[in-house]
This record gives sequence, C-alpha cells and structure tokens, in this order.
Amino acid sequence: MIEVQHLTKRYGRVTAVDDVSFRVERGEILGFLGPNGAGKSTTMRILSGYMPATEGRATVAGFDVFDKPIDAKRRIGYLPETPPLYPDMTVREYLDFVARIKGVASKEKKERVAAVMMRTHIADMADRHCGKLSKGYKQRVGLAQALIHNPDVLILDEPTAGLDPKQIIETRELIRGLAGDHTIVLSTHILPEVAQTCQRVVIINKGRVVAVDTPDNLTARLKGAETMYVQVDAEGADAGATLGALPGVMRVAAAEQRGTIAGFEVESERGTDIRRDIARAVVNRGWGLLELRPMRMSLEEIFLQVTTEELPTEKLDGSGLEVPPGLSDPGPSDPQTHGPSDPNHA
Amino acid sequence: MRNVIAIADKELRSYFASPIGYVLVGFFALLFGYFFYVYLGFFIRSSEQMMQQGGGAPNVNQDMIGGLLQNAAVIILFALPMITMRTYSEEKRSGTIELLLTSPVTDMQIILGKFIGAMGLYASMLAVTLLYIAILFLLGKPEWRPIATGYLGLLLMGGCFISVGLLISSLTKNQIVAGFMTFVVFLLLWVINWVGESSSPTTREIVNYLSVTEHLNDFVRGILDTKHIVYYLSFITFGLFLTAKSVDSERWRG
Repeated sequence: MIEVQHLTKRYGRVTAVDDVSFRVERGEILGFLGPNGAGKSTTMRILSGYMPATEGRATVAGFDVFDKPIDAKRRIGYLPETPPLYPDMTVREYLDFVARIKGVASKEKKERVAAVMMRTHIADMADRHCGKLSKGYKQRVGLAQALIHNPDVLILDEPTAGLDPKQIIETRELIRGLAGDHTIVLSTHILPEVAQTCQRVVIINKGRVVAVDTPDNLTARLKGAETMYVQVDAEGADAGATLGALPGVMRVAAAEQRGTIAGFEVESERGTDIRRDIARAVVNRGWGLLELRPMRMSLEEIFLQVTTEELPTEKLDGSGLEVPPGLSDPGPSDPQTHGPSDPNHA
Repeated sequence: MRNVIAIADKELRSYFASPIGYVLVGFFALLFGYFFYVYLGFFIRSSEQMMQQGGGAPNVNQDMIGGLLQNAAVIILFALPMITMRTYSEEKRSGTIELLLTSPVTDMQIILGKFIGAMGLYASMLAVTLLYIAILFLLGKPEWRPIATGYLGLLLMGGCFISVGLLISSLTKNQIVAGFMTFVVFLLLWVINWVGESSSPTTREIVNYLSVTEHLNDFVRGILDTKHIVYYLSFITFGLFLTAKSVDSERWRG
C-alpha cells in the first residue's frame, strides 16, 4: 500500500530524513517512533505530498506522490501535527469544505460529513466554531477531516497529542477500528501507544531508520541475555549461591530482601530456558518458590536504548547484545524502571 | 473548476465570518459617499456658474463621475492590501496550508480560488457604491456606458492589485508584513508615472505604460481600448503565475 524507498530530505545542510525505506501492507497499522526532531513529521509530510523529497521515491496506493500527486492525494487522509482548522468556520462548514476539496461527490457529501462526525464523536459540536473548541475536540475534528473522503491510507502525525487520558483511549480504539479498511501510518513519541495500536514499528532517530519490526519482536530482539526474576523463601539459606551454580546462569543479582524472602535477578545465556532448572533447584531444597517470571524490557526501555547516543545501533543486530547495566540491574528504588522490574514496590 | 469554486466560496465566507468583510465594504461605501457628496456639490456649483455665463450645461459623466471613480481608485489602493494580506499568510501561520496542499487540488486551483474569492469581496465593495450612482440616475440622465466601462476598469485594476497582493502574501507568514509590503508596492505602481513627468518622452511613455492607474483613465472616460484590457489581463496572469512559482518554491524549501 505504501512503499518508501531511500527517502532523503535536506534543508540546506541539515539532513532531516536520511535514506529511509519501509513498506506498509494493506490494512496494517505502522507506528513511527522517535524522539522530537527525529524526522517523523518530515517523512509524513513527504508521504502526504505536502513537500517533495530531496532524493528517493514514495508510492502510495500505487501512485508516486511526486509524479502523480493528485491521484495519490485522493487516496490519502492526512492529519498534520496541528489540526488544520479554520477558526471562523463551524465544524460542519469546515468538514463540508474539506469534503468538497477532497473530491467527495456532492450527493454523498452530507452523508459523509454526518458519518465522520459520528465516528469521531463530534456530532454534538457540529455547529460550534472550530476556533472555540478544546484541544481534544480540535484533534478529533482533524481526524474527521482526514477520514472524510474515506481514503485508503491514513497518515496521522501524533494523533493523540494533547488529549486527556480518556480521549487517548477513545482515539486509539478508533484508530484500531479503522485498520483493515484503511492502511494507517501514525507517529508518536509515546511508547505504550505503539505497543497498543501498531502491528509494526519503525524506530527513527536523527532521520535514520534504526529498527523496523513488530513490537513483540523488537522486545525479543533487544532482550539479549534472558533475565528471570526469581523470588524465593530460602529460610535463611544462601539462595543466590545456589542459583548462581545452575548451568547456563551467567550472573545473579540480589534485587531485594525481606526477612527470609529474597528476590533475585538471574541472567542466563540467550536461548537457554533455565526456568525448569531454577524451579527444580528451589523445590529440591525445600524452599518456597514465590515468583518466577521472565523480565521483558518494556518498549520504553528499548526506545531509550535504540535512540540513546551512547549505544551504537549495530548492537541491535549482533547476537552478543549486552543489556546495559542501567536496564539489566534496576534497583527497586530506581525511578527509571517500570512495573516488571519492580514487582513489590507498588 | 469545482475545486476553484469550493476554495473561492470558502475565502469569501471567511471574509464575512470575520469583521474584515463588513468593515471594508462599510468604510469603502462611507468614503465613496463622502467623495460623492463633495463632487456633487462641486458639480452643482460649477453648473450654476456655467448657466449664468450662458454656456451649456456641464456633463455629469465627464465632470463628476469620472473624477469620482478616479478618486475611488485611490481608496481601493488603500483597501485592497487588507483583503489580500491574509490570503496566504494566515493559512501558513495556522497550518491550514497543509490541508490545502495535501488535498487533491493543484496549486493553480488554490490560487485561482483565492483570487476569485478576493475579487468577490472587491466586487461587493464596488457593488454597494452603485447605489450612489443610482441616485444620479433618479435625478438626471447620465450616460450609462462610460459608467459601465469605468467600473469595468476599476474591477480590472483591482484584479491587478489583488494578484500582486496574493503574491506578497504567499511570501510571508506574517499578515502585517504582507499588508504593509503590499501597500508599498501598490503605492509604487500608482506613483510610478510621476517619474515620467520630468524625463524624456520615451521614458515617460514606458513609465506611463507600466503605471497601473494610468490605464484606468481611458476606461473612466468611457473608452474601451483592448490595449488596456490586454495590459490588465496580462498583469493579472503574470501576478498569479508568480504566486504559483512562489508557492511551489516554498514547498521545496519546506
């Protein structure tokens, strides 16, 4: 549905997008993830036909966005970073105008306007002026605008920016509901959003694609060494030494200690599953196994990892990937860590 | 064409959704009314004098409406930057330009739409002044043809100004800058023939030809000369063409 090949955009000497290539299949939701200024918006603007690329090609629904801009634009719904609203128009007038310039037939216009207002939950604001709407409603009118001509491809630049949590959930549901009929590319710098809405993620940093994969695979790829969280009631015995002696275990770190209950992070070689061995060792000694689960890195950590300067990206593909200390050894008090690594704190 | 009409319609609505449309139409009518009053008084006095001296009655068209329309041209010079200054600047500032440029419409359709929208507002400004002319028809018997050509001339001259205004508006995000620049350029186009007065006949002819207001004179006198129509139409086309180039280059610069 969307094919981007070696896209490069330079502003003078600054390269905003550098040799970006990716594909999006029909009905897929692709997430564009990257810090501010990574080149997400620029890529999306090129895809939407707003600006041409310096080099490279982009094809949407079979039409090259540079050579056949009108045909391509007919099939694209685009929501820019700031919803492009005319403050003096009412929501209905605005959508009516957009429908006209997007080439919706005059007979279907009224019906389409009503349908998208229903779908984006803005029907109650139909006669309000766009300039008087709250940020959340503006964003939704922007989304309605992108949907009005029922395009094959939706390009949404930060669709949930500025919404409150309830609206964010609604918008994500709406976007998920649109997949299938529509092919969607959305950008965000909020990580859970990608995991929740997208089937595939393109991570982009400094204009370059750092990784393209499913959220699950990305997590797996970045995992490197497997880390298990083990909590045992060892009744005063040195459980850490026992765990460290198991075959395949590389390192054991004490994560917490409460009375006789101790928590450990057990790192093993990639590809070896040591859960059975751990369970057997604990049970054989008559201790209580309270918890045993793999510690997967959240996307947020992956993101930090792939987009942090100090970490060369080659490590991503190398099999001997090492989890940086800050991520593999999170102390319970470390504010950077999230749920999985800090089970008893909450 | 459908797209052009959609955009023209939107432009025209946006003028009247904000006070700007009403203010322009209102103030233009007010100033035109003042000039009308002054010229009428002047005309009445001079005709009384001429009657007393036994000469023929003066001509309403020549001695009154002609001067009135010439003066209207000056008000238009001040008013039109206010119409055109926001056309592109405002879209750029608020980001709505992204909507237009990612819609299946060509740059030229957008420009023509904006041009026609602005012309629509300008035409309604002129239309209101026809009420004053109607008074003359009630009280006397002016020739309608020179009035028609005069208004046609004003319309074409305004078209030139609007095309220049669009061009300047497409160059900046700031409508105040756009408005002021447009005004300066209009003023230059108006006074360019002053240069001609003190120079050689050839220069004078060239400069007079370039002056936008110079070409209005024949229209106001009731002369419909293709030379002037061609001048105005090519001026408008050139202005719109440059606007298209400006929008396109803006796109490349990002």
